[in-house]
Amino acid sequence: MPLYRDEAIVLRTQKLGEADRIVTLLSRTQGKVRVVGKGVRRTKSRFGARLEPAMMVDLQCYEGRSLDTVTQAETLASWGDVLARDYTTYTAATAMLETADRLTEEREPSLQQYLLLAGALRSMAEGTHDPGLVLDAYLLRALAIAGWAPSFHDCARCGAEGPHRAFNLAAGGTVCPSCRPPGSAAPAPETLRLLAALLAGDWEVADASEVRHRREGTGLATAFLQWHLERGVRSLRLVERRDPTADPGAGQGAGQGAGRGAGHGAGRGAGPVGPGVPAQGQVTPLRVEAQA
Amino acid sequence: MYEGVVQDLIDELGRLPGVGPKSAQRIAFHLLQADPADVRRLVSALVEVKEKVRFCEVCGNVAEGEKCRICADSRRDGSAICVVEEPKDVVAIERTREFRGRYHVLGGAISPIEGVGPDDLRIKELMTRLASGEVTEIIIATDPNLEGEATASYLARFLRPMGLRVTRLASGLPVGGDLEYADEVTLGRAFEGRRLLDA
Repeated sequence: MPLYRDEAIVLRTQKLGEADRIVTLLSRTQGKVRVVGKGVRRTKSRFGARLEPAMMVDLQCYEGRSLDTVTQAETLASWGDVLARDYTTYTAATAMLETADRLTEEREPSLQQYLLLAGALRSMAEGTHDPGLVLDAYLLRALAIAGWAPSFHDCARCGAEGPHRAFNLAAGGTVCPSCRPPGSAAPAPETLRLLAALLAGDWEVADASEVRHRREGTGLATAFLQWHLERGVRSLRLVERRDPTADPGAGQGAGQGAGRGAGHGAGRGAGPVGPGVPAQGQVTPLRVEAQA
Repeated sequence: MYEGVVQDLIDELGRLPGVGPKSAQRIAFHLLQADPADVRRLVSALVEVKEKVRFCEVCGNVAEGEKCRICADSRRDGSAICVVEEPKDVVAIERTREFRGRYHVLGGAISPIEGVGPDDLRIKELMTRLASGEVTEIIIATDPNLEGEATASYLARFLRPMGLRVTRLASGLPVGGDLEYADEVTLGRAFEGRRLLDA
């Protein structure tokens, strides 16, 4: 099979030689694949822009001895362009891409991971939910698909019906008083309800959650991920979280640019025709506030 | 495998970016056959570049003194700063002869997946330069890729409240290309940044 065609999401890119790139993809039928995009860093490249992270593409590749080579690429969805206009969504999306890279194996089909990532990127680009919540929901569900579904209600060890207060990473989630190992955490019941809602996709509960429970839930979700992966996910360190209480418009920043051709913000839009709409005005990042 | 110093030379050349074992061997044999004066010139250039070249204390560009040629030039417009990722981007923009302001080299772009965050770039130094009040415009010329766009977004968020004119280099169609071959993202940006035609 010298030539093949597949749909894929670009996870990451690395420079190769003068003008090439190694592109890591999560494909619909073949799982993770690494391909070479020849000349894609040149300004005249026909498909360089289509092989950027967070793009969903229809690819044609030529099989090589170690790495395949991209011969054609068509855009199916260009979420990366929208996500990069908002630093908060960019950092959250990057963490999702890196997690997908870490949870999948080369040439091992992983349709569920592919569909989950596509849904999460789309949701983040549309800006319908807080990017931090989308990221946490993605992390929990990606772990569940990988076989590490956490329990937020019943006891993860003996199955005793919950709710339980104690949470233990090694045990796999909430634990009953008799199974509770020493050193278990005792998160707020609302936090466990939020995490259960994120895992189940109950967005009504998730969107209505309080900031302190989101923060605690984020800590537990990321700790659960890091526990199951041998190496940490580097992007998580740089993820910026919004404080929805600080600005009523927060959580909708990225959605402004979701339709291409609309007023766009963030560093662009100062062009001679039509002023840009600063999407960043709606964002109140926690870390930046501290620096300012 | 060659013996002694020839193999050492091939090994050292092979450590250079983009030079594989075959290329390293070819360069090594070229040097063996070259005029000794040419080789001495190459050696002295390599030694000098390591001894003399450092980074400009103002903009982060490569320089032979404390300041680079551009920062030391009093004829340059101090009211506009063009922010780029790497020193080689300064050279690319200088070749256009369109920009007469000064530069600021960030030293890369924000890339969480590579572990590069805002604190790893020369953003603090840029803020220090703006404190003087001389600068009125910042032109963000980071690469037009995901990392470059995100870095531009991050910078714009700090710079806009300071009352500066913050602009981003236009993205669009390459001169000499055919419209039908342009990808959707590039063509979309070309539409976004379209300009009025003067009568």
